[in-house]
Formats: sequence, C-alpha cells, structure tokens
Amino acid sequence: MNYIKYLLVGVFFGFILTKSEVISWFRIQEMFRFQDFHMYGVIGTAILVGMIAIQVIKKFNLKDRDGNPITIPPKDFSQKKRYIFGGILFGLGWAFTGACPGPLFALFGTGLTIFIVPILAALAGTYVYGATRESLPH
Amino acid sequence: MFDWLTQPWPWYVAGPLIGLIIPLLLYMGNKQFGISSSLRHTCAACMPGNISFFQYDWKSEGMWNLVFVLGVFIGGFLGGYVFQNPEPIALSAATVADLQNLGITDFSGLVPPEVFSWSNLGSFQGLIIMVLGGFLVGFGARYAGGCTSGHAISGISNLQMASVTAVIGFFIGGLIVTHLILPLIL
Repeated sequence: MNYIKYLLVGVFFGFILTKSEVISWFRIQEMFRFQDFHMYGVIGTAILVGMIAIQVIKKFNLKDRDGNPITIPPKDFSQKKRYIFGGILFGLGWAFTGACPGPLFALFGTGLTIFIVPILAALAGTYVYGATRESLPH
Repeated sequence: MFDWLTQPWPWYVAGPLIGLIIPLLLYMGNKQFGISSSLRHTCAACMPGNISFFQYDWKSEGMWNLVFVLGVFIGGFLGGYVFQNPEPIALSAATVADLQNLGITDFSGLVPPEVFSWSNLGSFQGLIIMVLGGFLVGFGARYAGGCTSGHAISGISNLQMASVTAVIGFFIGGLIVTHLILPLIL
C-alpha cells in the first residue's frame, strides 16, 4: 500500500505530540497564561525548522521522490475576515478542549476515551461550516 | 537506555522533529502538513448530503490525510499508553496555583480528570468544554482554513500573512476563554 508511509509519519507525529506533552490541557493553560516557555519553544522551533526546509526546497527547486517539482500553494489572503473570525472561534475551542485537532486524536489514542466526544463535536462543527459557509463573511 | 521512551521530551527536541514533518510530507508526495482537513474528508466520505463543500473526490485528495491521522492516534497510544510517563507533568508553579484557585485538584495526568470524564459530560461545564469546545475547533478550523499544524506551523513556515492573521485569531480566542470564561465555569 502506497499509504503506509503516511501512517508511519502520523505515528511519528502522534508520538512526539504525546512525549512533548503538547496534547495536555495543562500545557495549553500554561501557554495561554504565559507562564512557561515550553509550548512556545515547541511551536517556535517547529516553525524555524519548517521555514529553513521550505526555503531550501524553493531555492534549489527540489523534487519529491517521484521526481515531480514540489509546489506549495500560497494561502489566499484576499479573504481576510475568515482568518480573523475563524481564527478566534478556533482559539475559543482550543482553550476549552486544551487540544487542537492533532492532539484530540492523540489523546483518544492514549486511552482517554472521553475524547471521542470533542472529536465528534469537531466533525459536527466542520459539517455545520460546510452547510453554512455561503452565508458567512469571508 | 530506553528511558527516552517514557520520559517527557524537551521543546528543543520535539519542536525541530515536528518541523521536519513539513519537508518529509513534501518529499513523500507533495503533501501539505495539516490535520484538520481530515475532518472535512470524513464528512465528505460519510455524510456529504447535497453540500457542495463536501462534494469532491475525498479518496484521491484526502485518503493520505486520513491515514496520517490514524497514525497520530496510534502514536498517542504508543506514547501515552504503552510508554506512558508515570510522573505528573512538570508544570510551572504559577499555572498549578492558578488552576488550584479555580478548583482543579488532580494534576497527575495529561488532562484534569474532574473536567474530562464521562461522568462530567452531562454537566453544564462538561457540555461547554467538551461539546461546544470540540464544535468550535472543527468549525473554526475550517472557517479559518487550517488549525495549528496547517496555519501556525506550515503556514507561518511558508511566510503566509493569512496564517499569521489566523494565529493572532487563535490567541485572541484562547485568551478570552482562559482569562474570562474558564474562571466562570471551572
């Protein structure tokens, strides 16, 4: 199966999320209270490494393993409202659940079965967005 | 020798490893690192209805992402169950004191069990935190076009103003809940 490699990267990501405790509601509280550097260190160094990698890929026009040029589509910044309104709504949810989508799945995996509830609620939220998006300001 | 499997990892190990996932996915198949799209693909696969947002070929676009998310679940199982850290998280004393003031007493796990439990699900607090919170994560991520992985990490790595704006929004929302709403409901 062609997808096994993505499964392995997912396992790698979920394992790091768990070992670095960024899936912890407590760590998210620490972050939003500005009382510890841990979360900022994780996110900041992830961005730094990602940024260097993307610059290298662009500078040398690197290709993927199938030989196709790597393309990273830019995000459309002509729609500004969606990033502000959507961002704030997401932030409210992030602080309530103490988890963004990746950590929700990882937390469920640790055996905290209650996290199926916010996962299903997030699916419902995605569905309602899909159903109402034409009437939302973007 | 295998202590690292159960012990917590410092930010300067975890952060760069997460950052490496961006070029890894680009190299493997030109894939953009992001998690919340998996929620859209699941809607498209299970209940597309007649909603245009869910009418697309989710298998060719999203199967890799669903498999990736299944991997995250397995990674959580390995990291948090099989190789569970037996020690409580080394939180800052200030956070522990603030949360104790709000009535949190059990700091032994990844989340406060008095909030995140099946028995608390029916309470007003449980509904707001777990159901409304989860709903907003899903709704807000799609509205903003990405979550922490897609915007904060992938997007800012690629110097996208859209992502910087979204992350400012994430923080506005998070600060409102942490400092204004949680004190009322915890």
